[in-house]
Amino acid sequence: MANLEIGKEAIEKKGWWKAYKWLILRRISQFSILALFMMIPICKWISPESDCALGWIIKGNLSSSQFMNTIPMTDPLLFLQMIASGFIGIAKEAIIGAVIILVFYLLVGGRVFCSWVCPVNIVTDGAFWLRTKLGLGAGTRFSRHIRYWMLGMVLLLSAITGSLAYELINPVSMLHRGLFYGMGLGWFVIAAVFLFDLFVTKRGWCTHICPMGAFYGLLGKVSPVRVRADAREKCDDCAECYLVCPESQIIKPVLKGEKTGIPAVILAGECTNCGRCIDVCAENVFEFGSRFKKDSQKK
Amino acid sequence: MSRFQSKQPQKKSNAISRRRFLADMAGTACGVGLFGLGIGVYSKSANAIKPLAIRPPGALSEKEFLSACTRCGICVRDCPYNILKLAEIGDEVPTGTPYFIARSAACEMCEDIPCIPNCPTGALDHSLTDINKAKMGTAVLIDQETCIAFLGLRCEVCFNVCPLRGDAITLDYKHNERSGKHALFIPVVHSEACTGCGLCEKACILENESAIKVLPTHLAKADFAKHYRLGWNEEKKAGGSLIKTKDKHQYNLPEGVRYDYEGEGLIVDDAGNPMIEPTKKTIKEIPNSSNPLDILNNGIQEAK
Repeated sequence: MANLEIGKEAIEKKGWWKAYKWLILRRISQFSILALFMMIPICKWISPESDCALGWIIKGNLSSSQFMNTIPMTDPLLFLQMIASGFIGIAKEAIIGAVIILVFYLLVGGRVFCSWVCPVNIVTDGAFWLRTKLGLGAGTRFSRHIRYWMLGMVLLLSAITGSLAYELINPVSMLHRGLFYGMGLGWFVIAAVFLFDLFVTKRGWCTHICPMGAFYGLLGKVSPVRVRADAREKCDDCAECYLVCPESQIIKPVLKGEKTGIPAVILAGECTNCGRCIDVCAENVFEFGSRFKKDSQKK
Repeated sequence: MSRFQSKQPQKKSNAISRRRFLADMAGTACGVGLFGLGIGVYSKSANAIKPLAIRPPGALSEKEFLSACTRCGICVRDCPYNILKLAEIGDEVPTGTPYFIARSAACEMCEDIPCIPNCPTGALDHSLTDINKAKMGTAVLIDQETCIAFLGLRCEVCFNVCPLRGDAITLDYKHNERSGKHALFIPVVHSEACTGCGLCEKACILENESAIKVLPTHLAKADFAKHYRLGWNEEKKAGGSLIKTKDKHQYNLPEGVRYDYEGEGLIVDDAGNPMIEPTKKTIKEIPNSSNPLDILNNGIQEAK
């Protein structure tokens, strides 16, 4: 199967490290965030009586957390749901926390959350990897816009029920919370996401359904940190970037946009800045850059 | 000509793609709507917290709490006694929200209430600074048949572990009818002082279930009967008795019944009509009873 060859050419031309650099950095980021949150549960597990002073680097979970016992962080989508549900007496910590997170992802790219932080990404990347191994193809096709409908539905649901109703089943917060506080039956929800991605639709959850991804995608529309394709004339049409990109529909217009005058930078909010296209491209077409950088390669 | 031909199919495909676009959109909207409906219906049952789960101190009313709590678990981390848990999906508590079960681990009533100040949203009310003013629920002595105090045995464990001993739980002395010469030491909960910490429930010496349980206050407490005015309170307010001696005494009895206070009891005639003249015959047939109900029901039994 040709799919098994992905990255082979890049390894040969650029060396192993450069062909996996961003993937590895991303995994390091995901797992070190989990490890930081995991310090307290592990400490409490070893000695339940201790106050785990060293573990207090960060406590809470991705919904809301506290860094070094001072800096609050709150998921801005959760904050919006809270307002939609009619709770107006929100304490200032949550407001500051939501602004901090909002500004951070506005700067580095909205869906950096998805590919560098979110623990479900590890699950769905696993499903994608296995799907590719098994040669299952694209599976059932349905619209990638469902996630934006989901986002609207989640907010509407908060308003109608007057509670954070989506949080009852949100696999993202459920996994991140469950790892530190106990998963219970939550494993079945995560297994369902994994199996959905494996057997039903390629990249089903993250790029079609997840309303959190949709929300961060909207933030990402204006972020300055971008994947650039300034060297796009070097493209030898190997199509490996399409195969690895979770949002493959966003690559082609930019990569082949020289004739249509589309600037050589991926501006779609859906881009997760995962950098996998940079890794697998043997011709070094892609690189991280800024959306404002002048097209030096372009005449 | 060729222009025209090339234009025609393009128009057609446009129409098809527009139709398909609208159909896709409607399909997506329906699918997502159904999914939302599912979650909404599930939330109705899932959001009804079950009675034995108690929220941490300072928790807003359950309805507000469910829109304010981010399910972050910082309160769980800050509890020095590790009594708080975050609900897992399928638990009896809405997913991710903090609670404790008093029978297994009750709130230890820390003076500085460390679970509250780091709550990012105020779902645990930051203005609660005196743990003795917390209202997590209300203790109820729910099983008077197995509580050994009611059997005439000395226990008083719930009374003694109560952090507000003497205010939230007091001991009432009652005559022990069985032995005829001993006292019962009956624990009595006073809801205005009870914080719902659950230490009494945890300490109850019975196996498995406790005879005293912390319930959500809205389940534990009935609303006061507003159509009643308590004579002794009204008397205090008025600074004297409200009944004037010259007022004619009046009973509000069901239609067809009247009461003769000279000893005849309730009087009903055969047709159920009020009787003008009392029949003096029944009083001699029933011997005087020490039970006041016998006298009260005297006439009724006669009428049947």
